[in-house]
Amino acid sequence: MIPRVDRLASVDDAPPPTLVDALGKACPVPVIDLAKAVARLTAGAEVIVLADDPGAKVDIPVWCRMKGHRLLAVEPADRGWEFRVQRSG
Amino acid sequence: MDRCAAHTASVQRRVYLDQASAAPWHPAALAAHGQVAAQLFADPSRRHAGGRAARDLLEQARAAVAGELGAAPERLVFTSGGTEAIHLAVRGAAAANRTRQPRIVSAAVEHSAVLSAADDAGADHVRVAVDGDGRVDLDQLEAALAAGALLVNVQHANHEVGTLQPLDEVAALCRSADALLHVDACQTAGRLPVGFDRLGADFVTLSGAKFGGGRGVGALAWSPRARFAPLVTGDEREHRRRAGLENAPGIAAMAEALLQQAASSGTGPAAAEAARADRLRRRLRESLSAAVDDLEVHGHPEETLPHLVAVSALYVDGEALVGELDRAGFAVHSGSSCASTSGEPSHVLVAMGALTHGHVRASFGPDVGEADLDAFVDALATAVGALRARSRAH
Repeated sequence: MIPRVDRLASVDDAPPPTLVDALGKACPVPVIDLAKAVARLTAGAEVIVLADDPGAKVDIPVWCRMKGHRLLAVEPADRGWEFRVQRSG
Repeated sequence: MDRCAAHTASVQRRVYLDQASAAPWHPAALAAHGQVAAQLFADPSRRHAGGRAARDLLEQARAAVAGELGAAPERLVFTSGGTEAIHLAVRGAAAANRTRQPRIVSAAVEHSAVLSAADDAGADHVRVAVDGDGRVDLDQLEAALAAGALLVNVQHANHEVGTLQPLDEVAALCRSADALLHVDACQTAGRLPVGFDRLGADFVTLSGAKFGGGRGVGALAWSPRARFAPLVTGDEREHRRRAGLENAPGIAAMAEALLQQAASSGTGPAAAEAARADRLRRRLRESLSAAVDDLEVHGHPEETLPHLVAVSALYVDGEALVGELDRAGFAVHSGSSCASTSGEPSHVLVAMGALTHGHVRASFGPDVGEADLDAFVDALATAVGALRARSRAH
C-alpha cells in the first residue's frame, strides 16, 4: 500500500491525497476516520480510504451522499476496497 | 445485578419498542393458552372424549386463522412458528414442483429464514434488487422470471425497515410467468389485512409471536393451485403435511389473538390501532430527524408498517446505541452488528444502499403513546450525542 501512495504523490503537482488506513477496523470507525480526515482538507483536496469492513463498502458512499462530498472511485484492493473521496466546498 | 441497579430497574418506566421481534401476549390469547393447556391436553388424533374435544378446538382454530387469511381451512397447516412455516412453503414447494424450472427468485430484503430456506431448496436462487426504500425492482423481477421459476418470495412488509412491497404488481408478474408466489406475512398478520385476495399469493406464512398470539406457533396457508411436500414426517397429523403432536394451547392462543384483532375485517381493533400508530409513526419520523443530526430515516414514507420506524445515526455503533437506550429504559433492536464477531452488516440495509451502522428499529404497540415516543426521541438524541463525543475523544 505504501508504494501506491508514493506513486500518487508523484503523478502531478497537486497535493498528494491523504491516506486513511482503516484496514481491520470495524464500522463505524472507517467512516469516523474518513470524516476526521476530510475535515482537515481544503475544498477540492482528496483522501484515499483503505477499508475491509463489509459495512464500509456501503457506508462510505452513503456518507459522501449525506455530507455532499464526491466519491471519485471505489476499487477492490488486496484487502477490502480503496475509496477515493474529494472534499467539496 | 446489585441492589441499587435492581431498585432502579424496578421503578424506571420501561418502554417496549421491539414488537417486530416479539409482541407481548394479547390477554385473550394468554387466557386461551392457559385454559387449553389445563383442559384440552389429550391427543387430538385419539377417539376418546378428550381427544375429540381437542380435535374440535383445533378445527375451530383452523377455521378462525383460515378466515383471517381468506383461505379454505383444509389448506392451512399449523407449524412451530414463522420460520418453520417459511421453510415448509419454500423447501416444500421446491420438493413438490420438480417438473418446473428449478429456480427460486427472492427479493434481496427477505427475512433470512426465507433466503436460507431458498438457498437450501435444491434450486438456483436468484436475488432481485430493491430501491433505496426497500421496494423490489419490478423490472429486475420481470427479467428474472423470463427464464422461468417455480417460486417467488416477496414479503408483505420488511422486518427491519417496515416497507410494504408492491404485491399487486408482483402477483401479476408471477401469474404471467406461471410462478408460485410466497408472501411472508409475519410482520403484518394480525395488524393489517392479509387476505389471499389482497396479497395475490399462493403461499402465505405467519408467526404468532409478532401479533400477540404467543410463541412457538405459526401457520402456512396455500391457494388451490399450490403444492408442497412435507418436511417433518412420521404420522398422519395435519393430513400428513406436518407430523408431531399439535401445539393445541399455542394454536388456540394464536387463533384467539387473530379473532380479537380482526385485522382483515379492516374495521376491528387492529384497524383502529393501525390508524393511531400511523399518526405516531409520522410524528416520530419527523421529530427524530429534527432532534438528531446526520440521521438517515429508512423505508418508504407512506407504504410502510404503521407501528415501525427505523433510522441510522452516522458515526455510532448500533449495538452500543441499543445498550445506551436500554439503560435509559427503551427496548429497541439494531440490525447493525458491528461489534459482533460475525461482523456482517444487515443484508436489508446493504440491499437498500442504506447506512449499515448506527441502525435502530423502534416498533410499538397500543401501550406506547405520544409522550413515550417523545421521551424516546430525547433518549436517542442523548445517546447518539454521548457515543459521538466518545469516538471524537479517541
